[in-house]
Amino acid sequence: MIRLLQQSFDPGAELSAFCQGRQEVGAVASFTGIARAEQGRTETLELEAYPGFTEAAIGEIAREAETRFGLQAYLILHRVGTIAPGEPIVFVATASAHRREAFEACDFLMDYLKSRAPFWKKETGPDGSRWIEPRASDLTDLARWETKP
Amino acid sequence: MARVLMFGRLADLAGWRDRLIEAPTVSALRAHLDSLDAQLAEALAGPGVQVALDQVLLRGDAPLNPNSEVAFLPPMSGG
Repeated sequence: MIRLLQQSFDPGAELSAFCQGRQEVGAVASFTGIARAEQGRTETLELEAYPGFTEAAIGEIAREAETRFGLQAYLILHRVGTIAPGEPIVFVATASAHRREAFEACDFLMDYLKSRAPFWKKETGPDGSRWIEPRASDLTDLARWETKP
Repeated sequence: MARVLMFGRLADLAGWRDRLIEAPTVSALRAHLDSLDAQLAEALAGPGVQVALDQVLLRGDAPLNPNSEVAFLPPMSGG
C-alpha cells in the first residue's frame, strides 16, 4: 500500500499495524527517514508531489520489489507539504518469509524513492530556500540494483 | 488548450504552476514557453528535466488536444 500524507504520522504505530495478523510472514523490515535540522540551516522542508503520477510511479517500483524479492506485503508512506526537522518524512515496511528479502526490498525501495520517485524537495532556512536534487551518492546507491540480477 | 503544470524549481522560475496554453504539439508548447522567458527556457532544456503527457513520461513530440495535461518535471528527489 502507498499513501501520501499531508500530516505527520507515527512510524511506530504504522509498524505495529503492519505486523498485525500475519501468520506466514517470518520477517518485517522497516525504514524511517527523518527530516534533519542541519545544525539550524534547515527550518522547514517543502515536499511537492504530482498527484496520481507520483503514486503510479511508486506503484511500479513497488511491483518490481514484490517480484524481485518475493514480498508478501509492503507499506510506503511519504509526507508531502511542509515538514519540520525531527518529523518523519518517509516510512517503508516490507514483509517476507525470511529476513534477507525483507531487508533488501526495504533498501531497494528507499534507493528508488530517493532518486526516482516524483517528489521535489525545497529546504528553507535562515539563508533562504533551495531545491534539493539527488546527490551523487544517491545515484551510486541506485546503480547497485542495476548490476545485480 | 492544454493544461500545463510546472514542478519544483521550474515552478519557482516560471512564477506559476498551472496554466492553460494553446499549442498544437508538445514541441510548439515548448517553443512558446521558451519565447516567454529565457531563464525558464534554459532550465527546461537542463539536464534531467522530463516531460509527462497525460501523466505518462514522454520522449520526443506528441500532438495536444484540449484535454491534454503536460507536466515539466525537474530532477526528482524523495525521502
